[in-house]
Amino acid sequence: MIRLVLQRIALLVPTLLGLSVLLFLWVRALPGGPATALLGERATPEAVERINRLYGFDQPLLQQYLKYVGQLATGNFGTSTRTNRPVLEEFLNRFPATVELTVLALVIAIGIGIPLGYVAARRQGRLTDHATVVASLIGVTIPVFFLAFLLKWLFAVQLGWFPSAGRQDPSMVATHPTGFYVLDGLLTREWDASWDAIVHLVLPAIALGSIPLAIIARITRASVIEVQNADYVRTARAKGLRRTRLRSRVILRNAMLPVSTTIGLQVGLLLSGAVLTETVFAYPGIGSFLAEAIFNLDYAVLQGFVLIIAVVYALANLAVDVSYGLIDPRMRTR
Amino acid sequence: MTAAGTPSAAGAEPHMPLLSIQDLEVTFTTDAGRSVAVSGVSFDVRAGETVAIVGESGSGKSTTAAAVIGLLAQNGSVTGGRILFDGRDVAAMGPGEIARLRGSEIGMVPQDPMSNLNPVRRVGSQIAEALEDNGVAKGRAARARTVELLEEAGLPDAARRAEQYPHEFSGGMRQRALIAMGLACRPRLLIADEPTSALDVTVQRTILDRLTQLTDQLGTSVLLITHDLGLAAERAHRIVVMYRGEVVETGPAAQLLRDPQHEYTRRLLAAAPSLASRRIQLAKAAGVDDTSDLLAVSRGDDDAAPAVATGAPGKADHIIEVDHVTKVYGLRGRRLFSRSESFTAVDDVSFAIPRGRTVAVVGESGSGKSTVAKMMLDLVKPTSGVIRFDGEAVGGADRTAEVAFRRRVQPIFQDPYSSLDPLFTIGRTIEEPLRAHGIGSTTERRQRVRELLDDVALPSDVLRRYPAELSGGQRQRVAIARALALNPDLVVCDEAVSALDVIVQSQILRLLADLQGRLGLSYLFISHDLAVVRQVADHVCVMERGRIVEQGSADDVFDDPQTEYTRTLLEAIPGRDLELGLVG
Repeated sequence: MIRLVLQRIALLVPTLLGLSVLLFLWVRALPGGPATALLGERATPEAVERINRLYGFDQPLLQQYLKYVGQLATGNFGTSTRTNRPVLEEFLNRFPATVELTVLALVIAIGIGIPLGYVAARRQGRLTDHATVVASLIGVTIPVFFLAFLLKWLFAVQLGWFPSAGRQDPSMVATHPTGFYVLDGLLTREWDASWDAIVHLVLPAIALGSIPLAIIARITRASVIEVQNADYVRTARAKGLRRTRLRSRVILRNAMLPVSTTIGLQVGLLLSGAVLTETVFAYPGIGSFLAEAIFNLDYAVLQGFVLIIAVVYALANLAVDVSYGLIDPRMRTR
Repeated sequence: MTAAGTPSAAGAEPHMPLLSIQDLEVTFTTDAGRSVAVSGVSFDVRAGETVAIVGESGSGKSTTAAAVIGLLAQNGSVTGGRILFDGRDVAAMGPGEIARLRGSEIGMVPQDPMSNLNPVRRVGSQIAEALEDNGVAKGRAARARTVELLEEAGLPDAARRAEQYPHEFSGGMRQRALIAMGLACRPRLLIADEPTSALDVTVQRTILDRLTQLTDQLGTSVLLITHDLGLAAERAHRIVVMYRGEVVETGPAAQLLRDPQHEYTRRLLAAAPSLASRRIQLAKAAGVDDTSDLLAVSRGDDDAAPAVATGAPGKADHIIEVDHVTKVYGLRGRRLFSRSESFTAVDDVSFAIPRGRTVAVVGESGSGKSTVAKMMLDLVKPTSGVIRFDGEAVGGADRTAEVAFRRRVQPIFQDPYSSLDPLFTIGRTIEEPLRAHGIGSTTERRQRVRELLDDVALPSDVLRRYPAELSGGQRQRVAIARALALNPDLVVCDEAVSALDVIVQSQILRLLADLQGRLGLSYLFISHDLAVVRQVADHVCVMERGRIVEQGSADDVFDDPQTEYTRTLLEAIPGRDLELGLVG
């Protein structure tokens, strides 16, 4: 198991190097070069040259790349041209917000998706099953931003049950030692702050979690249907296992194997979905910041965020693989 | 052993059977409608008695057993008759009531050890949970009892093994664990559904011995489900023969073998290879036009045997020669940077196949026999040594030579269900090799396919059908037709009849013998089943752990085995001791 973790972390190095080459070349390949991108199309040649000299864009490519990688290695991801603050700082400021959002989205997706898929499988061919299949199909096909708008319009604008934007009520005064607002409220015993943060999370998390929920429900259903017809389930029944044990230890645990892989893959989907969801709900996470960076051609932020998100994604999948080993003993010896 | 208390076989009424099936009917509902799988089945199992249900696949034997333990597939139900277990009708019980019988009163040992253990739970826990849920023992006591049960089932080092997972067990070890599981709560009736058919013969024998010993000791009644008449005769007091969902004959094992009443039982007996080892020449002669010629050739083989054994190159009458061939596979190292280990699958193997003859390679799983077959098909390259086909070394870089070789050597594989493309019609399947090698026009190819169907005795109306619409035997005929399409010289049959029922198996063996006589084919016949090999082979190589431990003419190897291993293999064939009585 330790070997697997070390191997996977070692594999991360070439992945990130490859990604850094792509990101590096992408900025250099921009029409008019990075300086024009920074200054806008009507920049004077003098200004462009000044920027080129300032950022070293006039040096040979290899030299530029080595410098870039050297900076990355020391945690220097450059400076946002929009806010004039270090990219890493901007990322760390917003990351807790996105973590809260994606974790809640994942909790909703897993917490509803797995039971839903399980029930559908147990009632295969009946009304519950058909309803689940249709609903999950809708869940997969509906675009995230559309669902986000719909939820916002209905529950925030029309019914007023939830706030329509932000992470915290503007009138709320709370301290934030960690940046995770829900956690902060619990730590400082400001319960109303925690509650306020949760209320702000609900709609974006439902919107963000909808597609993973639908996918997890479908995979769970298929997996449970397959497992409950397996020989070892029949044998478990033949040896007189009680129903609860049969379901938890035999059927569900085996059915979770493909589901856990799927959950790992959803992390990437959640991070990309966060860009749209956070924008719709004006939620101050890395997603909405990325969207702004795209509109403002803030290349340092784009480059930096993409790299860091890649690391997060890889680590999340590693965590899933490790959990896979916990469920499936066959994976441990490999 | 006494911890759980022995079941009281004597507790039941002396004359009342433990299990009495009366006029049982089981119906399955599918999209195509209702179909009756079992009808009018009646038989008894008395306390302490072993009754075997024998029949081919689809005969309803497993369905009958599943009905007894209330584990019919979801679309199946008992639609008539009664299943009296200890006087109570299982068929009339609610799901909860049957569930209470399972494990504690009726145990089961399933067929396939590979798929019947929960892959994500420790083997010991899987037995302990059965003890707990049936109220036999709890917690630490259940775990201690589990180790006793595993030991009792003949699993060495049981305490350590109980902590392992199924994938760390071999097939034989898993089956022992399943036996321990089936008998864990000391049921009064044990249903053993083909308990050893997935295992090697030697393992099969030790496991069955252990099962018999245990059930005798405990006084457990056994309902043994098997396709193997020899095995049934050896292990059961009484035999129930089923055919197409009905019981065709019931009787004491010895009597049923000696004096079969029903036509189907007679056919089953005649076809059973384990009982027919004295009839090899007859079986073979029956399929060949010119009997005297074959016998003459057969006698000549004994003289040729020494030359064959040395695998001396340059003998013109050998279609293929395997000359000191070794195959080493690299295994992945256990540690991160450790050097990879290697595994010798085939170790310095030499033999040759005389033109127009059959050489069999027999051995248990892992003996390297299939690797030999793959190398002879040029699917795997030998690590060292040479295979010469018609005097030319196989596996050169020459592309045209390779294509020519592939035309002249054709395989037939074990599983007729997965070796045919489900999306091709039968006609297209048989035509495929002709197309691939660009032989003939469309009409010529169509003509050839019809000839081939004729050769393998299939009606021409199967041409437009798909593999799923054919039976196992028909599919294997299709596979043979496809193999013959290119007029090969050598056919490599890798367990080609092992997946078939005995009657179908004997038909296919006859067909192969007949085709050999007519077309002058040479066969390499890979099999784990010595009884089958006895029926078809002229020359036999016995493989153990990658090496050929014994080779010679079939008669020599079978009648006068020289090595301990061959003797063990031969002795392990079920029903071996019974055959003389049958023939004599």
